Amino acid sequence: MIEIADVSLVDWSRAQFALTAMYHWIFVPLTLGITFIVAFMETLYVKTGNEEWKKITMFWMTLFGINFAIGVATGIILEFEFGTNWSNYSWFVGDIFGAPLAIEGILAFFMESTFIAIMFFGWNKVSRKTHLLATWLTAIGANLSALWILVANGWMQHPVGMKFNPETARNEMDNFWEVLFSQTAVDKWLHATSSGFVLASVFVIGISAWYLLKKREIQLAKKSILVAAIFGLVSSIYLVITGDNSTRTIANDQNMKFAALEGLYNGSEGAGLVAFGFFSDNSSDPNNENLKDFNLKIEIPNILSYMAFLDWNAFVPGVNDLINGNGKYGIMSYYDRIERGKVAIAKLTEFKEAQKAGNKELAASLKTELTSDDFQNNYFKYFGYGYFDDPGDLVPNIPLTFYSFHTMVGLGFYFILLFIFSLVFLLKGTFEKKRWLMRLAIISIPLAYIASQAGWIVAEVGRQPWVVQDLMPNVAAVTRISAGSVQTTFWLFAILFTILLIAELKIMFRQIKIGPKH
Amino acid sequence: MFENLSYLALQQYWWALISLLGALFIFLTFVQGGQTLLYSVGKTEGEKTIILNTLGRKWEFTFTTLVTFGGAFFASFPLFYATSFGGAYWVWLAILAAFVIQAISYEYRKKPANFLGAKTYEIFLVLNGLLGTILFGTAVGTFFNGAMFSLNDMNQVDWQTPYRGLEAVLTFHNVAFGLTAFFLSRVLGALYLIFTVNHEAIVARAKKQVLYNAIPFLVFFLYFLTRLLLKEGFAVDPDTGEVFMEKYKYLHNALQMPVNTVILLVGIVGVLWGILSTVFMNRTKGFWFAGTGTVFTIFALLLLAGFNNTAFYPSIYDLQSSLTIQNASSSKFTLATMSYVSLLIPFVLAYIVYFWRAMNRRKITEEEMQEESHVY
Ligand code: HDD
Ligand code: HEM
Ligand code: HEM
Repeated sequence: MIEIADVSLVDWSRAQFALTAMYHWIFVPLTLGITFIVAFMETLYVKTGNEEWKKITMFWMTLFGINFAIGVATGIILEFEFGTNWSNYSWFVGDIFGAPLAIEGILAFFMESTFIAIMFFGWNKVSRKTHLLATWLTAIGANLSALWILVANGWMQHPVGMKFNPETARNEMDNFWEVLFSQTAVDKWLHATSSGFVLASVFVIGISAWYLLKKREIQLAKKSILVAAIFGLVSSIYLVITGDNSTRTIANDQNMKFAALEGLYNGSEGAGLVAFGFFSDNSSDPNNENLKDFNLKIEIPNILSYMAFLDWNAFVPGVNDLINGNGKYGIMSYYDRIERGKVAIAKLTEFKEAQKAGNKELAASLKTELTSDDFQNNYFKYFGYGYFDDPGDLVPNIPLTFYSFHTMVGLGFYFILLFIFSLVFLLKGTFEKKRWLMRLAIISIPLAYIASQAGWIVAEVGRQPWVVQDLMPNVAAVTRISAGSVQTTFWLFAILFTILLIAELKIMFRQIKIGPKH
Repeated sequence: MFENLSYLALQQYWWALISLLGALFIFLTFVQGGQTLLYSVGKTEGEKTIILNTLGRKWEFTFTTLVTFGGAFFASFPLFYATSFGGAYWVWLAILAAFVIQAISYEYRKKPANFLGAKTYEIFLVLNGLLGTILFGTAVGTFFNGAMFSLNDMNQVDWQTPYRGLEAVLTFHNVAFGLTAFFLSRVLGALYLIFTVNHEAIVARAKKQVLYNAIPFLVFFLYFLTRLLLKEGFAVDPDTGEVFMEKYKYLHNALQMPVNTVILLVGIVGVLWGILSTVFMNRTKGFWFAGTGTVFTIFALLLLAGFNNTAFYPSIYDLQSSLTIQNASSSKFTLATMSYVSLLIPFVLAYIVYFWRAMNRRKITEEEMQEESHVY
């Protein structure tokens, strides 16, 4: 009754989703941050009446417009892809997951699209104050759209606020506030939006630094750096705090992901943090290919335990503890979870068959059993594990998760330094003399994009094979269609998006070269 | 407040909201229709710029309405979302691709170093207008004619043709609705140009286009409507949930829901009045009549598809897999929660209308295109 899709279909569907999501995420973070930066600048214009600020505002707004168009273009595909490529998922959790998407449309996207039109075309049509209001509302609208989609994503990482209904064979929401205010969702929103603020600040500083190197648009560049460096500094400190919070949430709710992002195979008390490391490709135990360890590493003792559980000596489970279980710390092995998942699936199948056969009595008693607290907490909780036989399939790609996480965190601290240097030298009046700093600022732009994409790799690759943590693996979520069809659309979108990206970059570079209109 | 409504009432409320969003979307495709008129109404570069700017300031609304239509459908009838999007894979991805190329075209067409050249972006806009309306209309046609899918015990969809939805074009009744949507969007687009642009040549050519497109629109629409009222429909037994074929089902629906039929007729009269008053009486406000009329008409048509014990997304492969507003909906809790959110819709509409008017107060002219800081 429960059928599992073949591997290449799942992989192509994942590839297609990852492709579109990562393209979307090229444009989204800049929107999230630059709309605020533009709003600050326009506020300064309205407050001071200084035309220079208006020129600056309009210049960054033009760049924003170019970025925004393609951000919207890539977003629409994503929304419908839940249906087109993950249709079983859409039914299984649509009752909960659909709501934030709908709210996003009603509350956030309309706000953005209404006020963006005023922002671009309203200069001569509405009053200065109304225009400023529109600019602020565009920024707020953009960040609200981020809220709702991240609530949806947070729910997949840590499903809460719902109950399984055997009649309909799906999960149904029973507490909206739990979904909205789940720790995972809140962390994700704060962290992802502030990462957008940081990225946009780096973007503005980098381009301004280029002007200074070329000795043009000096006023525009210095004023922009001032706004962006302050905004960036505040946001980046906040970014580290929210990132740290996310780490703790993961340690509690998604311990396999946590083990993966720390590259921790064997857990221990007072675990150390690997600040820097390269994985070895020797297996220390030939029986288990998962037992890889580092060739080279720099480890700081006890930090990891503290980061995860605010206790220097807490036990942090590694991949092997999760797979094999660890009685001492009360960790149930994946072998047991798989057994329990299979019991849950079998029970549901039995219920469906009883229903079909018209055996009302049996169906009713099975239903009571299925929905009892005992069954829910001891069996249904592991439903998704029942799709698997080999616990090895429940381990994500660890090196990729580990390297991405460390890249992101390293760059996070680096950006703080970049903002501090920029601010200090700008205030001292020597920024435009420091060629190294200007060059560094320019090459930091791609680094910000790398950090941002790496973050999503941590979040999404780290939770594999789950689409909904512990409940639904990707093999069960996928639409049943030929792998060839998905392969075809994958390439069509890959080509289309790449062409559009090239166009976007060329236009963007040209606009920067042209500079503000005088 | 919403918790106290019956489950069925909530399902009906949400079907009505979905119908309203669908109707607003069809109305807003005046942007798409206008795009396909680019070459027949705009002869010079300056004229094309005017046309694209007046349409371009509204394209986001159409787009966002489509997105919200999708999101609201997901939240209220997730089984439809799963079945239709996952099943009729090629149709929906083709529709989406047609909207992807629209989103960048306005912004990039006139920009220096735009890689593909202005002409390509114009072709993108025309393609969007053509495919977006015809395919979407054809997909809506399947609400009345059914599709080739089956659902298993776990409500997982299996599509029964390798064409994944493209086979809908083999049923002429579906295509008739697609073409209706296409010509209607062109009529609305031309009316919109007449309403917003202050430029003699453009207005004169647009007026001709209203007439040229109104004729095929009426032919296809009347064919669609007559055939609909005469055909067999997909009825549901409210007690058992069993789906069966009923002769003249949609005619019965029209007779049993008189208020809805009045809305439908008022809508049709509105569209006709918008067209006639523009073509024969030189009025310039036809857009509002035809636009409001479109919303009424499509709204009423979609209610015919889902209300009064009718399956709104029937399966012609396995009748019992057909989707109804009862078996495809979200849980009562989710519908009630979402209903609270829906209370914000009037507020959203109000600020859209308010700012739309602020922006459209003056007609668009050639001079404005020269002084405006941001021109598409
Ligand atoms: C400029 C980009 C950027 C920078 C510098 C950082 N992050 Fe980040 N991070 C993101 C951009 C990002 C992101 C792209 O926004 C992610 C992806 C998913 C999400 O919610 O935010 C993310 C996810 C993410 C996750 C995974 C969340 C999940 O799996 O649900 C963790 C644990 C962290 N971050 C932690 C950090 C820490 C401790 C940082 C310390 C400096 C840090 N990030 C800097
Ligand atoms: C825009 C930023 C995002 C990026 C860059 C991103 C990235 C990715 C990547 C890389 C994968 C593939 C994982 C793998 O193959 O191992 C993936 C899968 C997926 N992500 Fe995301 N993601 C993003 C946001 C989201 C959000 C907000 C959601 C949900 C609301 C989501 C839902 C999914 C789903 C359903 C899959 C496919 C199933 C799977 O492979 O497990 N993603 N994403
Ligand atoms: C994978 C899940 C996602 C889906 C289904 C999705 C969907 C969409 C859609 C449909 C649009 C176009 C809206 C319009 O008509 O204006 C859009 C744009 C946008 N989305 Fe996403 N999105 C996803 C991920 C994200 C994430 C993770 C964020 C932020 C954290 C985000 C933030 C935005 C923003 C700010 C826009 C405005 C346009 C832009 O500049 O990119 N989205 N998204």
